[in-house]
Amino acid sequence: MIKVLKPGFYTSVQDAGRTGYRDMGVPVSGAMDLFSATLANRLLNNDDNAAVLETTMTGPDLEFTEPTHIVVTGAEMQPAVNDAKIPYNRVIKINSGDVLSFGKLQRGFRAYLGIKDGFKTEKVLGSRSLYIPVTQTARIVEGNTLPYQPYEGDIENLIEIKIDNEFLFDTHIEVFPGPEYELLPEADKERIRTATFTVSPQNNRMAYQLKEQLLPNDFGIITSATLPGTVQLTPSGKMIVLMKDCQTTGGYPRILQLTEKSVSVLGQKKVGDTIDIRLRG
Amino acid sequence: MTLPMKSYDLTYRPMGERAILIEWPGEIDEAVLEDVIRFRKMIRKAFRDECELVPAYHTLLVIFPEKIQVGDMTERFRKLYSNRKNKPLKRRLWKFPVCYDKEFGLDLELLSSEKSMPEDELITLHTGKVYTVFAIGFLPGFMYLGGLDERLFSPRKSDPRLKVARGAVGIGGKQTGIYPQESPGGWNIIGNSPVKLFDPYAKKPCKIKIGDKVQFYRVKKAEHELISIEAAAGVYKIEKENWHD
Repeated sequence: MIKVLKPGFYTSVQDAGRTGYRDMGVPVSGAMDLFSATLANRLLNNDDNAAVLETTMTGPDLEFTEPTHIVVTGAEMQPAVNDAKIPYNRVIKINSGDVLSFGKLQRGFRAYLGIKDGFKTEKVLGSRSLYIPVTQTARIVEGNTLPYQPYEGDIENLIEIKIDNEFLFDTHIEVFPGPEYELLPEADKERIRTATFTVSPQNNRMAYQLKEQLLPNDFGIITSATLPGTVQLTPSGKMIVLMKDCQTTGGYPRILQLTEKSVSVLGQKKVGDTIDIRLRG
Repeated sequence: MTLPMKSYDLTYRPMGERAILIEWPGEIDEAVLEDVIRFRKMIRKAFRDECELVPAYHTLLVIFPEKIQVGDMTERFRKLYSNRKNKPLKRRLWKFPVCYDKEFGLDLELLSSEKSMPEDELITLHTGKVYTVFAIGFLPGFMYLGGLDERLFSPRKSDPRLKVARGAVGIGGKQTGIYPQESPGGWNIIGNSPVKLFDPYAKKPCKIKIGDKVQFYRVKKAEHELISIEAAAGVYKIEKENWHD
């Protein structure tokens, strides 16, 4: 198992998400940057849905009590084993007693720790993703233990593979028009195409608010379904990009819908980061 | 018996790469809701649970696990819709105990003075109606209930509370509902129901379904406490009966 020596700023267990319960109001949850979580699992020959640790801004200090293999993907946070730096996107052999720690955040916002065969924490409603009130807790704290199946095989990634995850650090996101896009006045559409938007301090696993606003409006809709990546427009003109822990329905117009890749890109952005919006037909 | 049924003009729109939003005419209407529920059932059957369906009021979102061809899928939906049958829906009426005492009904006094209506009359109006579940969302197990007496319509609070208690019964605009968990919220709180609306460890985490009916009945503090204990122990069963129009 892993002993959590320090939890980091916000670290949670996530898998590909909890599907099948949205009609009961249960968010899908899962890794904010699903690309990086999946990459970690594939490099370890895991199932795509295996549970990983999602760390945010400041990584945790973790002690391994059994041998295994790990991979760190996503944000660049200077990961190190027993204080020796390790590369990203590479399988690393872990021995009993090894300690994984992280340094300064250099690029991105969320790093993922994949482990051979995934974390074996409790599965609730078919998923290990932490989300209150489905699970008891939302994140890991000091003293927690995270079970995994010990693994003593040889390292598999002797062959150099080129991994292209540069797009995660792009400064643009791609979107489709949302169901209520056509309600927007021309000035708002123009602004979406041309303006640069800034991630506001209100950003978390539920939603990212953007600082720059569109025009005030009275486009309220009858409550209808939402998805991660749905961009809602509030009456005051605020744009709210829903993320993985978002509610399943909402009453604000859904003006845009991010591509799945762009949800991963946005999940790597932090307060003050800027993005351009590219509209796909 | 199969009756001829009204067909609606449905709109199909892609929502991202692997979801299609099906929209009925934009009204809050029981007949539309029934049509949504009926179509959901057909899609679920036709696609053998390969997609997730999120119905709400006059819309139905169909989410697929992989990217889809929107045109082909829309065509399949159109065909399916033209073949639907007027089978009666299986619906239930659920009866929720609510304690309207002052310690729970935080906004009862305010509403009473705003509407120049005694609190008891407000409560009688609230317990006097049978409500329809038009959607489940916002929080796990949260029901959007339509059918509120218009004398109880009240705008949401301009300053939402940071913490609304679990079980709080509120009025928001033309709707009423119960907060299934403690959460921030802007509805006017008039009472509390001790019933558990969402239990992730139960076989059916949320027993109430879209289209079901809900009624509230008044209980005293002592009964509220007793039911709270029973609900926490998992032995309380919400009173229910089959519903026929």
